[in-house]
This record gives sequence, C-alpha cells and structure tokens, in this order.
Amino acid sequence: MSERIGVYVCHCGSNIAGVVDVEELSRWAGETLDDVVVSRDYKFMCSSLGQELIEDDIKKEGLTRVVVAACSPHLHERTFRRSCASAGMNPYLCQMASIREQVSWTTQDKAAALSKSKAMVAGAVERVKLHEALEPNQVPVNPNTLVVGGGIAGIQAALELADAGYQVHLVEREPSIGGHMAQFDKTFPTLDCAACILTPKMSDVGNHPNINLLSYSEVEEVTGYVGNFVARVRKKARYVKEADCTGCGICIDKCPKKVVDEVFEAGLGYRKAVYRPFPQAVPKFPVIDRESCIYFERGTCKACEKFCPTNAIDFEQQDTILDLEVGNIILATGYDLFDARKIPQYGYGRLANVYTSLEFERLCNASGPTEGKIVLRDGVTQPKSVAIIHCVGSRDKRHNPHCSAICCMSALKFGHLVTEKTGAEVYSFYIDMRPLHKGYEEFYDRLLEEGMHFIRGRVAEVTDADRQPGEEGKLIVQAEDTLLGMQRRIPVDMVILMAGLQPRRDAKDVSLRFGISCSMAGWFTERHPKLDPVATMTDGVFIAGTCQGPKDIPDTVSQGAAAAARVQGMIAVGSVEVEPVVATIHEERCSGCRICNNLCPFNAIEFLTDKAVSYINAALCKGCGTCVAACPAGAISGAHFSNEQIFAEISGLLYDVARGNGAKTPQPVEIPA
Amino acid sequence: MPNPGSNGSFQHRVIEATPGGEVLVTCLQCGTCGGSCPSGPDMDHTPRRLFAMIGAGMEDEVLRSNTPWYCVSCYYCMVRCPKEIPITDIMYTLKNMAVKAKLYDDSDAPDWSKSFIGYVENYGRSFELGLATRYHLTHKPLRKVGLGSFGLSMLGKGRLALRPDRIKGIEQLRAILDKAKELEAVQ
Amino acid sequence: MRYAYYPGCSLGRSAWPYEASTKAVSEALGLELEEVEDWNCCGASEYFSLNKTAAYALVARNLALAARQNGLKQLLAPCSMCYLNLRKTDHYMGKYPKLGKTTNAALAAGGLSYKPGSLEVRHLLDAVVNDVGLEAIAAKVTQPLAGLRVACYYGCLVVRPEFNGKSFDNPEYPTHLDQLMQALGAEVVDFPLKAHCCGGHMTQISADTAFELIRRLLHNADEYQADVIVTLCPMCQLNLDAYQSQVNRHFKTDYHIPVLYFTQMIGLAMGISPDALGIGSEFVSAGEALAKIGETIEAVPGGAPPRRKRDEKALPMPGQKGEA
Repeated sequence: MSERIGVYVCHCGSNIAGVVDVEELSRWAGETLDDVVVSRDYKFMCSSLGQELIEDDIKKEGLTRVVVAACSPHLHERTFRRSCASAGMNPYLCQMASIREQVSWTTQDKAAALSKSKAMVAGAVERVKLHEALEPNQVPVNPNTLVVGGGIAGIQAALELADAGYQVHLVEREPSIGGHMAQFDKTFPTLDCAACILTPKMSDVGNHPNINLLSYSEVEEVTGYVGNFVARVRKKARYVKEADCTGCGICIDKCPKKVVDEVFEAGLGYRKAVYRPFPQAVPKFPVIDRESCIYFERGTCKACEKFCPTNAIDFEQQDTILDLEVGNIILATGYDLFDARKIPQYGYGRLANVYTSLEFERLCNASGPTEGKIVLRDGVTQPKSVAIIHCVGSRDKRHNPHCSAICCMSALKFGHLVTEKTGAEVYSFYIDMRPLHKGYEEFYDRLLEEGMHFIRGRVAEVTDADRQPGEEGKLIVQAEDTLLGMQRRIPVDMVILMAGLQPRRDAKDVSLRFGISCSMAGWFTERHPKLDPVATMTDGVFIAGTCQGPKDIPDTVSQGAAAAARVQGMIAVGSVEVEPVVATIHEERCSGCRICNNLCPFNAIEFLTDKAVSYINAALCKGCGTCVAACPAGAISGAHFSNEQIFAEISGLLYDVARGNGAKTPQPVEIPA
Repeated sequence: MPNPGSNGSFQHRVIEATPGGEVLVTCLQCGTCGGSCPSGPDMDHTPRRLFAMIGAGMEDEVLRSNTPWYCVSCYYCMVRCPKEIPITDIMYTLKNMAVKAKLYDDSDAPDWSKSFIGYVENYGRSFELGLATRYHLTHKPLRKVGLGSFGLSMLGKGRLALRPDRIKGIEQLRAILDKAKELEAVQ
Repeated sequence: MRYAYYPGCSLGRSAWPYEASTKAVSEALGLELEEVEDWNCCGASEYFSLNKTAAYALVARNLALAARQNGLKQLLAPCSMCYLNLRKTDHYMGKYPKLGKTTNAALAAGGLSYKPGSLEVRHLLDAVVNDVGLEAIAAKVTQPLAGLRVACYYGCLVVRPEFNGKSFDNPEYPTHLDQLMQALGAEVVDFPLKAHCCGGHMTQISADTAFELIRRLLHNADEYQADVIVTLCPMCQLNLDAYQSQVNRHFKTDYHIPVLYFTQMIGLAMGISPDALGIGSEFVSAGEALAKIGETIEAVPGGAPPRRKRDEKALPMPGQKGEA
C-alpha cells in the first residue's frame, strides 16, 4: 500500500520566499512527486495556524507521512513532530528539508535555489517513505543529586534541593565549604559582611539531614547517563577521626609547624600543618596537611595526637573511595584568579606593597592575617595613599580577552574600605566603569561623594624608581590620564591590582571527566548562552556560578537556584525520555572485534565478555553514527538513519539526473551494494 | 576584518601603509601607550589621542604633530597594548606621511633623518662626523657651542672617523634603493 | 660555533671598544664570527622614518648577503638597533607577504633575493648566554669581579618588541645579563629601569628630552649604588657615557658612573688586559670602579631580604613558600 504524503513549504516571511519560489515548489511537489497527496505553502509553518494545517490534513486526508520544507530541524523538528503526534501520527514519520539554512540563506540565485529546493524536497519525500514508527525509551531518574563545589553556587543549589526533600551529595575539594566568598570581607553594593551572610547558609548545609557533605573530597570518575550516574569520589584522609573530634582546636594550637597559607589566605598569612581554613569552617574538623606535617616528613613530633583530649588523631587513616549513585549532577567549581606576575611592569611579587584583590580581601577581613587592619607588607604601617588598578589580566589579548565583570565594583568597595579604615587617599585607574546591576551605579555615586579619585587610564607601570622629589620611597603609578590627555605619575604607598577571573587551572580536565564541553579558555559551555545558561549539552549535567563565566554573587546564587530547579523538574517527572534515534548492534553479526568500543564519543559501547559481543547502551547513545560506519561486519544499524533511508534520500536528491526519458517520477539510482 | 572606514580615508591609508595595521580600529583608547611613553610628556598629543584623531580624520593636525618625531622607538607601547596594535610602526608610517606631505612644523627631526640617510645612500655606511657637522651647522648652530669640544673628545678617543667608509657594492645598493623608492611611490 | 656577524656602523668607530672586546673574548668562548661580506648600514631608525620600502630593502640586502655566505644559518648582531632591524625585516617579510614580495623585488634590482626565515637573527648576548652557557663561562673566569657592584642595563631593543609573542628575554624585566654578570662573580644590584629607554637619537632632536631620559637612568643606578653600568648596545653606551657630563651640567648633578660593555666585563673576568678590551676610552673613566675588584662589600641594596624573625609582623611575599 503506498503512503499518503503531505508536503508543506514554509515562506518563513521573506527569509525563504525572498529567494525560493515557494508557490512553484509546492505546486511542483504536488504534481510531480509520487505519493504526495497534499502539497501546500504557508507564510509561517511554525505558527499555531501552520501547525493546525498539518494536524487537520493528517486527520482529514488520512496522511501517513509528513514533509516540512522550512528552517533547520535544530529549531522546529520538535514542533512539527509534536503536531504529528497530536494528530495521532507517530512523530518519527515526519521529515524536514532545511531549505532556509541550506538554500535561501546561502544564495541570491533564484533559479539555483528553486532547483536545489526541489531536490531536497524530493529527497525528503523518498526518505520519509522508509521511516519507521519509533517509540522513545523511558529511563528512570534517581532522585539523588551530586553537587560538585561547595562555594556559594553549590551551597545554594544543594540547599534548594535538600529543602525540597531530595538527597544531595555535596563534594568539596577544600577542607571546608565556603569557596571564594568566604575569603571576602564585605560584598558590594550593600557592604554586607560576606561571612555574615554566608555562614548561615554554610551552617544550614552542615546541619541539613538531606545533605551528605563530603569535604576534602574530589570526584575521580563519572560513569552512566542522565538519571543514572555513578560518581566515584575520593574522600581524602584528614588524619582526624570525625566521629571523635569535638573541634576544640587544641591540636592547632600545639602544632609547631607553620607554613604560608596559599589557598585561603591567598599567600598573605600562615597556617599550621594541622589546620582549619578559617574559624567558621564547615565541617569543623581540622585537617593534617601531609606535605607540611613533621610526623609525615621525619617521623617525630605528633604533638596534636599527644594533646588531643578525645584521641581523635589517626595518622594511619586512609583515603576512602565512595561510589555515589545520582540522577543529576550540578557543577559549581568556581574560578581562579589571574596570576599578576604575568604582568611584570605592575611589580607584583617584586615590589612589596603591591597586592592582588584577593590578598587585599584577606587584609580587610577581621579574621585575616592582620585582624582586619589595612597595612603595608611590613605588617605595621598604615598607607596614606592607595592606588587601585582595574583590568589586570582582563580585556587584554595577551592574557584574557574577556572583562571579568566584578572588578569595577570590587574596586569601589575597596576604595570605600580604605577610606573608612585609614582615611587614605584612594586613586582608581580604570578604562571603563562597569556598575551594571541593581544599586551598582548608586554605589559608584556614593564613592564619588566619599572623595575617591578616578583617573581614566590603563596603568602603564608601577615603579619604585623615583624621578623627582616627592616620589622617594613611594610606589609610583604611571598612566595617561586620558580625560586630560597627559601622562601622570601618582606616588602612593600601596597598590591593589584588580586581577581578573579565570577558569580553574584544571577546568579542562574536569569538563572531560564529567563529559561536558568547555571553551578554549576553560569556561564550561552552557547549552545556549541566552536561553539556557545552566544546562549543558550533556543531559543530566548542569553548571552554575563562575565556572560558567565571570559573574557577581547575585547572578551566582540565581544560577545555583536555577540549576536546582531544573533538577527538581527532572526528579518530579521521575523519568526521562531518551530519543530512539540510537544505534543497535546485531549480536549474531558481531564478531567481537571491539573496534567500535573506543570510537564512541559518548562511551556508550561496552563489551559483554560472557557473550563476546559489544553492546550499546541506548540511553547514552546519541545516534551519531560513527560506530555504524566503522563496523567492518556491518553489524550495527542506526535507527532513523538506515542505509536504505539514506540511499532513498540520495536518489530523491538526484531526481533530475535519474529522470532519463522525461519520466515524471524519480527513478531510483542504482547504488552498488 | 570589517572595513576600517571607507577606502581612501586617512585612517584607511594609515592602516594600509602599516604592516599589521588593521587592528588599529579595535583601539580601546585605554591610554597604555600614552602612559608608557618615555617622551610622552614632551609630545603635543599622546599616542592614544593621535589615534583618536586619526579615527576622526584629522589628517592635517596629525601630520603636523610632533608626536611621531618624539617617538624614541622603545616599543614599550607595542608590548603593552592590550589589543596588540603595532603602535611604533604606525608612528613610522606617520613620519613617512608627514615628510611626503611636508606637514611637520618643526623640521629638526626630519632633517636629521634626511642627513643620516644621505650619507648611507652615498657610502653604504653612516658617517657621524659629516652628519653631525652638516646637521648641527644648519640647525640652531649657536646653541651647539659645546658640541665642538664634544666632537674633539670623541675624535681623541678614536670614536669618530675623519673620513667615511664606502662599501664595495655601493652601486648594487643604490640600484636596490632606487627600485624600492619606485615601488613605494606606486603604493 | 660558527655565526654570520653583522657589526653595524658603530662598532667600527664610535663603539670600537665593543668590537675590540667582542673579538678578544669570542675566541676564548668558542664563537667563530664571520663578518658579513660588504654589509651596509641598517638604517637605524632614520630610514624607516622616511621611506618604508627602501628601509626594509636596505636591511634586506644584509640578510641576503649573509644567507648566501658559506651556509651560515645564524646571524649575530652586537648592536641592539641593528639586531632589531634585521630581525624585524626577516620576520615581517615572512608574516606580510606583500611586504616580502616588494622587498624582494627591490633586492632583485641588485641581483639579490632573500627567503624570510632563512636566517635566525640573534643578539650577541643571546649567543653568549644560551649557546656558550653560564657554566662554561664561569669555568673560564680567572679573576672574578667580586667587589664590583654592577647595574645591568639592557635598553629597549634587545628585548622589545616581541615577534610571535616571544623575545629572547622578558620584555619588562629581563635577566640574562644579570645572570651573566653573576656568573662572572660580580654583585648585581637590582636596577628597576634596566629596560627603560636611553632616548636613542633624541640627543640630536631635543636635548631636554634626551637628557631627562639619561638622567633618570643615572639617578636610579646611583640610588642602588652601582659602581658600573654594564650595557650591550653602542647607542646606550654612548648616551650614558658620552653625555654624562652634559647631563650633570644640565641638572646640576654629579654622577660619575662608568659605562662598560658586557664583553669588556667578560674579558676582565678572563684576565684579558683592559687595553685589549678598549677600556680607557670611555668618557667617564672606569679606573676607580675597576680598582674595587677583589674588595669585599656589604649587603647589596635591593638584594634578598633578611631572613624573617620568629614573631615578626611582616606579611609573606607572593610565592614565598614553606616554613615561616
């Protein structure tokens, strides 16, 4: 029995109709092509009215197949499949011909456009006759979630999921959650104390019955697919028994070994070999840093063990490996700061009183190395003048071309703190001021009122080489004041470099581990920059916070919440539809050569040792076709992309070549087997 | 690269004449060049402002400016510019254009260059004694009183030649340079 | 190691001590320098100011001559300006095909041609430090320069601009010359203006501007109590040395810092006589400074900070690792 095919040609306003003669195309398809019983053209097929055309025809004309010649399937394949489904026809019996992206948007030549469009429609018609009515698979969704990264993004996501009643595993690399926000003193523009607004959330996380907090841990491997991931987590040995530790901190007091704290104190302060990153750490349990500990180095000391009142120190403790079964993953791994030593002319690392933004946060912070006193590197002297340099390592082709989004606001914040705590003169050297969000412009206004000096000019150099009286013993910031059009040298006591935000050093490795993409620089790639910023192209893996790109705390929290909402949606539905456009291995034809195993970009193929054949996990398979093409025995078939379907499409495309003696209908072209 | 202004515009001509000059249109006007320039304080316009003027088509003012002539070719601007604009090379282009259009106000620097090159084209090597004498006697000679004793000291230390050296292949060199000038004229 | 050698106009005359000392030490260091046959002036910055095509052609003639000389692949230039011009011409001819074609068309009029990339253009300092190596040089030192405080002055063009994002040393804070002087036993002082501009030919254009540039360098070297400034470019040496007294008069300062070439320092450390190295022809005499060789001196200003005491309040510097 022959099919009853409906062909619909979309004008797409003038996008297609401006180049392709859509009425002629529609007329030609109806008259020339076999089995086409209905052929229409319409201004906007994707509109409700356009969709209704298809639905009505399916019901009234008894259509068995549908071809829509319009835009790219990327945009509206789902729309037209849905139309078919709502009229009772299997959605996979619909085929699109992309006569916009592949025809009208590539040429101005109308004759060529019509000719190619005819070929594409003919190809689609031939192909769709061989389509099968596929049914999508359903896989269940494990209601547990893995959140990777315990900064404010991860904390927010974890709390939202946990409050909704779902189990969350929160994995954090450092001994405590809190991330970069825990290092800050105040936050802009409200000048809220960062710890004051963060620690309540941290405390909630620590106490929440639905959150399994795995601190000082890292995810080593992830397998599985949406709804059904298995994450292997290494819980590093703290050498402290959490069950016995009361958090009294005597071990920290008694430890004789002091080292520079590179992480939390940003290299500006010290910590002991056994330490808690900061007083409000969650969890409260200290950690022994194996590399600095005297016992691990030389076998002596053990002061912590001697003085611990509850015998909680355990030097024999081992790392533990946990396998967590989760349905969804949220990555909230944060950012690293640009290394300002890459810009030697700013003097960081050579000139003592040049600080980075993160170092300055520690200086201001009441639990920092100077108990919140803003002083020079001698630890004692208060500065009388401070320069703040914007755009260090940002907006720079040599380092990072992007703008780091938060430095202008942070600079204003620092200006305020300096003025408030020391009364020093503050000079901000900027290229543009970027106070973008709610309350930000007003904050800029406030700083102008507080007397902060703003000089528009990207700093050329910071030097201690004095040139004239008044400069001796100072750091001289040299820049062109572009608003005045002259070079200026401002002698100051202290310089703060607003170093840019960069992806984490290991971002590329992490993206590989979780099967998502990242940009050349290392920012995790969102599914769509405008319309889908927290999802990735990998179903079941979401991103939130600065790992996706530089942003401030409000945006970070929003993204954490958005990712949690998406996961909650998945859990609420309970199962996920997996596209049936997958490959299948015919066991009887498989010789077990395993060539396909390593070719699969989605790790969807495994080898069944007992049967000595390969097997494709339909839930992981994305239907790319690589294994289908590679199998030397032809044992793999790709649903919706069978050889027959593809050959039919080719013969349709070549309709005018195959026409021969003026035959009206396309003759199938002989393709060698 | 998008079209940097219409063909024939001043900015377009500056870009065409400078290898790698297309990126000039991406200038942020950040001022790093003006801030880095060792002789910046003595220029009538900072390099950055000069680029804004070029973008605004102010050909006359730009070519009259002393900025390119005060450029010491230290290349600080070029290694620091966040857009990697070949600033020093643009300065050379502006010098070329100013000389061709005879639009420089203070002729000291161009004359120095012309004298220098005169010797190179005649002998293939530079000749400081001739250069210094010819140049300084014709440019504010009364201010150069101390120069005579300076010259004598240099001579005494054997650091100044009395006669120029001439290379063997001077004809070959002249042929090359003449051809080059011919090719430059048609650009 | 064989190199094509492009001395440049200054080495023959105004910087003859540089040539003399280079020749004197190159043998001992194993550098075979073959002068490019019939080389011509590189045009300094002057020709580029007047005529771009002719300027590149002027330099390219030297590249063409060197490239066809006895199969040599490396071209050494001791003068930073010549080094830059040669390197830039070679690089631009390759990177900008139109320029390459035009330059070769000009060269053809003289029966020459040059394929960009045929030669590797390097500064003499680069070959000394990287090819000979600091260890080999230190092994040849018989009279270490201990007792002498040295400010290493690079000037601009040996480290800037970068081509393909690289230059032979850091364009803001180079260290090769410092390391070399340390290998010779000298006390190297921190000298923040080590790569700042000496003004080049500005002395002929505007004395005020030029003298100020020179004054800054002398002032900074003086602040760090340098006994001698070591340089690697004839223009820098001339500016700092020959104009020092004029700078003193102009600003009423009293600097007496001799300026020597790094090859002269190598020669001294290897026991070669100062005469053979051209020492004695400088405007600011080096005699007093060189007499200090062999004396002991106290801590160098700008050197390593003293070891931190136990309960001291000072905050750690970036990159300062390990034990407090």
